[in-house]
Amino acid sequence: MNNKGKTSVKFLGMTVIAMFFFSFALVPLYNVFCEVTGINGKVFQSENSQEFMAEEGRDVAVQFISSNNERMPWIFQPSNEVMGVVTGKYYNATFYVKNTTNKVMTAQAVPSIAPSNAAAHLKKLECFCFEQQELAPGEEALLPVKFLISNELPKQIKNVILSYTIFDITDYNQENLAHLEMQVEKY
Amino acid sequence: MSAVIENHHDDHHHGPAKGLTRWLYTTNHKDIGTLYLWFSFAMFLIGGAMAMIIRAELFQPGMQIVEPEFYNQMITLHGLIMIFGGVMPAFVGLANWLVPMMIGAPDMALPRMNNLSFWILPFAFFILLSSLFMEGGAPNFGWTFYAPLSTTYAPPSVTFFIFSVHIMGASSIMGAINVIVTIMNMRAPGMDLMKMPLFVWSWLITAYLLIAVMPVLAGAVTMMLMDIHFGTSFFNAAGGGDPVLFQHIFWFFGHPEVYIMILPAFGIVSHIIETFSRKQLFGYSSMVWAMLSIAILSFVVWAHHMFTVGMPLAAELFFMWATMLIAVPTGVKVFNWIATMFRGSITFETPMLFACAFVVLFTLGGFSGLMLAITPADFQYHDTYFVVAHFHYVLVPGAIFSIMAAVYYWIPKWSGNMYDERLGKLHFWLSFIGVNVTFFPQHFIGLAGMPRRYPDYALQFADWNMVSTVGAFLFGISQVFFLFIVIKTVMGGKKATDQVWEGARGLEWTVASPAPYHTFGTPPKVD
Repeated sequence: MNNKGKTSVKFLGMTVIAMFFFSFALVPLYNVFCEVTGINGKVFQSENSQEFMAEEGRDVAVQFISSNNERMPWIFQPSNEVMGVVTGKYYNATFYVKNTTNKVMTAQAVPSIAPSNAAAHLKKLECFCFEQQELAPGEEALLPVKFLISNELPKQIKNVILSYTIFDITDYNQENLAHLEMQVEKY
Repeated sequence: MSAVIENHHDDHHHGPAKGLTRWLYTTNHKDIGTLYLWFSFAMFLIGGAMAMIIRAELFQPGMQIVEPEFYNQMITLHGLIMIFGGVMPAFVGLANWLVPMMIGAPDMALPRMNNLSFWILPFAFFILLSSLFMEGGAPNFGWTFYAPLSTTYAPPSVTFFIFSVHIMGASSIMGAINVIVTIMNMRAPGMDLMKMPLFVWSWLITAYLLIAVMPVLAGAVTMMLMDIHFGTSFFNAAGGGDPVLFQHIFWFFGHPEVYIMILPAFGIVSHIIETFSRKQLFGYSSMVWAMLSIAILSFVVWAHHMFTVGMPLAAELFFMWATMLIAVPTGVKVFNWIATMFRGSITFETPMLFACAFVVLFTLGGFSGLMLAITPADFQYHDTYFVVAHFHYVLVPGAIFSIMAAVYYWIPKWSGNMYDERLGKLHFWLSFIGVNVTFFPQHFIGLAGMPRRYPDYALQFADWNMVSTVGAFLFGISQVFFLFIVIKTVMGGKKATDQVWEGARGLEWTVASPAPYHTFGTPPKVD
């Protein structure tokens, strides 16, 4: 074989070896491509994601308001009237309650949030309003609520009001409740 | 001293050695071409028998003949054997026989490597087929061997599969190097690149594709081997790898691979249409440029095989448009073939019948390929029988019809005998009807939602599956008939003239029929 032929064989042989290694080079190339474009669902920067969330948080004041339904004789009031919070973090607040009557009573608190477009962004992980409270005569308690205001809270809202109205539901046993619900459905 | 040299010189002009060692030790391009062609025929029949098992199982809904596990092994081996054992060695065999004769060279540039590249192939397929008898059975993950099916969930025989793919790849790479070195260095004086016969051009481009992508296939199976045995996690998500990466690497090899299986067919069909139209080929240089464009584009379209893996929109758009761009050079080729036939003095001998069927049916397969290239539509077609219909249309009446056309066209030159024209035509019509009855209904059941690679199917697909199976057995039996025709021609028949065909051009028709053991000891002059 002439020299030109030998050169061709060498060149082609080198190409074969180069392409073999190129197939392995595809592995890091693929990873870099996925990292740059952020596709494929691979987690590359998990250690930075918490900082990212903390930066987003901002200061918001939360006011607590309590009120009694007209026939409710209990004392019901927030432990703190106002609380400074940072969005994206969990906080605990408490409400003081005392049964001032001489009989066992059951109460149910119903929450309300203002302004209304903040309601979707106030998330209650735990709340006394999720269940009923039964207190013996003269008994008192601190009712907890654990909440978070999400980072998506609209920018113009700097003040959120969380109010609870407490109802006397002692006479509403399960049968009465069922009866009431049926009446509601009728109308 | 001079006497020794003369003796050596005399040996050179002797015919082939006698007995089995002629075939074992041969470095003659014609012998090796013959070996490749017979080997690929054997593999074609084995892979075909597997297709018959598949179609027999699908004749009716429900499980009748084989177990689902065995069915999976059949579809896997059918694909691997037809691609790596049938189509590719057949084209390498044709290149061995024809390229030196077409460019006026005495032999291939690297005859010993030529011997090696053939003789490792039977071992590769022996290893692959022996896995059928191993514990856990043969590979069952489909010819595309997607990870983790082929790694985490593979049968133990996967290691033998990997080794056999390595050997097949080495064989293809050696064959490709040989073809390139032969074409680049051994052309007869006066044969410029743009005067080369189109089959030679098509093989030059094919060989470069092989050089570029077979090492990538070797890399992919090596990574599998390392994942399975050496604790790496290239494709294992639990270890930080990515199974989708496998699909990218595989199809980076796989898409050029499908052009490796069709470009030589383009060359063959160009010669045959030219000869039987008794006209010069229309648009020779555009044919060359079209093949080059197809080859280059084949490297940037691979992800159209995996539109549904969850790629970003920009990537889906890119791969969709790049894929559709390939229709342009392919359209140029189809146009040129038709323009060559236009107002030609056409006769329809068997090679021409196969070539005409190639043009029509390959184009049909190309059209269904265009449908699959449309990303949003592909979400519906992906992994259905529509895909099966598409690639069988481009591979069976595409690549395989071109190989049959080539055998009928050149066998008078190889054997010195004319084949029986009546039998050849009968074989063509049986194959033509068989292939269409088999694969055309698969478009319908695919569009209706029948998934591929399942041994059973819902009742509404029953009728067309039955039709498809009938066609498959017709096609299968007609290939046994083809074997008979080839053997009959080799054994004897009407003697062929040197030119064989009235309109044939090219250096291979200037030598005697059958072609002497050594041709072009002194290079011919080409103007």
